[in-house]
Amino acid sequence: MSQKNLKVAIAGNPNSGKTSIFNELTGSHQHVGNYPGVTVEKKWGSFVHDGIEIDVVDLPGTYSLEVKSLDEKVARDFIINEQPDVIINVIDASNVERSLYLTSQLIEIGVRLVFVLNMSDRARAKGQELNLAMISERLNCETVETVGSRGEGIDKLKDAIISVSHFERREIGLDYGEEIDDAISEITLMSPSVGRWTALKILEKDVDVINTLTKQYGESIEPLLNKANEIVHRMESHHGDSFSVLVADRRYGFAAGLYREVVRKESVDKREFSERVDDILTNRILGIPIFLGFMYLVFYLTFKLGEFPVHGIENLVGWLGGFVEQNWPSSLPLKSLVVNGVIDGVGGVITFLPTIVILFACIAILEDTGYMARAAFIMDRLMHKIGLHGKSFIPMLIGFGCSVPAIMATRTLEHRRDRLATMFVIPLMSCGARLTIYSLIIPAFFPPSLRAKVLWLIYVVGILMAILLVRLLRSTFLRGESAPFVMELPPYRMPTIKGILIHMWERSKLYLRKAGTIILAVSILMWFLTSYPKPTTFEIDQKIATGTVISEADAAAARASETLKYSVAGRIGYAMEPIMKPIGFDWRISTALIGAFVAKEVFISQLAIVFSIGDTGEQEFSLREHLRKSYTTLTGICVMLFCLIATPCVATVSVMRKESGRFLYAVLQFVGLTLLAYVVVLIVYQVGKFIVVIPVPFL
Amino acid sequence: MTTLNKLLPGERARILHLTGGDALKKRFIEMGLRKGTLVCAVRVAPLGDPIEVSIKGSNISIRRSEASHIVIKRIEKE
Repeated sequence: MSQKNLKVAIAGNPNSGKTSIFNELTGSHQHVGNYPGVTVEKKWGSFVHDGIEIDVVDLPGTYSLEVKSLDEKVARDFIINEQPDVIINVIDASNVERSLYLTSQLIEIGVRLVFVLNMSDRARAKGQELNLAMISERLNCETVETVGSRGEGIDKLKDAIISVSHFERREIGLDYGEEIDDAISEITLMSPSVGRWTALKILEKDVDVINTLTKQYGESIEPLLNKANEIVHRMESHHGDSFSVLVADRRYGFAAGLYREVVRKESVDKREFSERVDDILTNRILGIPIFLGFMYLVFYLTFKLGEFPVHGIENLVGWLGGFVEQNWPSSLPLKSLVVNGVIDGVGGVITFLPTIVILFACIAILEDTGYMARAAFIMDRLMHKIGLHGKSFIPMLIGFGCSVPAIMATRTLEHRRDRLATMFVIPLMSCGARLTIYSLIIPAFFPPSLRAKVLWLIYVVGILMAILLVRLLRSTFLRGESAPFVMELPPYRMPTIKGILIHMWERSKLYLRKAGTIILAVSILMWFLTSYPKPTTFEIDQKIATGTVISEADAAAARASETLKYSVAGRIGYAMEPIMKPIGFDWRISTALIGAFVAKEVFISQLAIVFSIGDTGEQEFSLREHLRKSYTTLTGICVMLFCLIATPCVATVSVMRKESGRFLYAVLQFVGLTLLAYVVVLIVYQVGKFIVVIPVPFL
Repeated sequence: MTTLNKLLPGERARILHLTGGDALKKRFIEMGLRKGTLVCAVRVAPLGDPIEVSIKGSNISIRRSEASHIVIKRIEKE
């Protein structure tokens, strides 16, 4: 790292406009990823100012820097371990008092601070006037006013960053009152190498700090810790409140006191506009219908608007495949790999893209306007009863479109248990790909009058299973308290186009890089498994030689079918027959399911190949005929049930791994759901065989 | 003297003290809900829970079960 690189971190409350400040500073030079080993999202970027290159990290939005939530821990760890040169503390100018709670913890650590009063236009409009000079003096910082959404004040901010980087770092001790200050002194006197901040953390029983100290000093730290326990015990029995809570309250008292010092004129406290809008949007009667309306709109936009680019991409991929097919010299095994493996595989990944991008744009709009918080507010009671969190609703809803963005969307859930539980059951929300399977099978076995009902039933079963599974998870592996639902309902805001675009761009890049590479790798693997080994002679050719007359297209289809049977995938399908028989599946379905791991839609094309249906355009129609002839309605139902519950596609597994932070969870989800599917279908099939006739009038 | 979950929309109160576990108390404090704070109940969610309250500067949603840990004293309107 050259001397000239400044390391800067942005800290602040959620909803303070941190993101737009980050966007204004870094523009398109930003990246999204994960903090190592955890599920918390990391955003970083850079910019140049006055010849100095400045690296910026946007820390998770937090109200505090204790370690009670993962976001807070990540933010604090970064500040303490990475030692950024400057911290940009973004403040919602309409919420200065509360924001100062976090600020007080920053100055206690002793950082070089730029205090950014963001959304200052709004606060001014409400009549607030602050003494900026006094803020700078009290906090030993530079104070800047900005309107992040309009890019105002950004240049001053950049100047301030550079100016502050020359400041002396200074831990500012807050006045906690005599008792607590005395307690801190007792600790620091006992061990000179332990500073005020560390002493306070020890008294607060801060797990992270104590662990670090124990690692560093080993046993010699024990007497200190014992002393701390003694002091704390004494104070707690005196006050009836735990020490760390006393500290927290004093700290807020400091924030409140500081606010009183720096405010010249208070704002007229009217949140009229947002509250009036909410009178309608979270109305007891209208709230839910309006919410469902918005959700429908999101879906409509995503899948209708997405249709054109998706078809466009599909056509492009098809054309490209055809082009390579024709112009690449034949009989090289690589050709098939490129056409069927790579191009189809990549095509499969990219066809997801328009859907994901539009969906994320919609989510970004919902979040940035502030409506997302209202959605959680409306849905929390229902979600909480199931064992989830209000914020779980939207990711689950998105799961009806596609599990990949749905799992990515769970990042808004703060507590690990809520987040994991939600991620685990998202595949049970029948995604769009499964819909293609249902639309193949349902018309094959059910008369028109029943089709819609059966489809609806499948979706309902999925939802019920999800609820049961969450209940199960929350009472076994993911047991424990939910995160408190204390959540801010921020004022409604106009999102910026720039913000939305950057968000869309980042999501797509992330998806392509993460899901894309794995999907491609697995697609190629699948291609291999379904193509090799190749038979040296074909039965159909022998039949032609002895007089059978069929068209070349049909012969080609027959050859393809034989190839599949002969291949590894086909053999596995055969081998699985004894296991699959109790649930009514034959080797053909099993083989198709193996292929479906790449993408659910592949199930259909694999099935087509197995039944020797060529690429004649009449595929679906004739496939349905074959299915009807080969299987019972019961099996049709079982196949749909299995597809509903089991085998998230490789994209889902890959994203699950990325977002949950552990490969183990993705594996558990995969295996767990597959087993669940097997058990459920087993029961349905065996019971179904006894119910010979389903009374039609009832349906 | 009562608890926040019993405050009806439109009513105002002052927080007297907090009960419950440390994590919950700290969460309240960092959001500005602490002894002495003036709160006003705004509305109830369509499904009956959570409730929305306003304090100086922000509106906060909070589950009834959590709100029952905030002891308040109603302020009568003049």
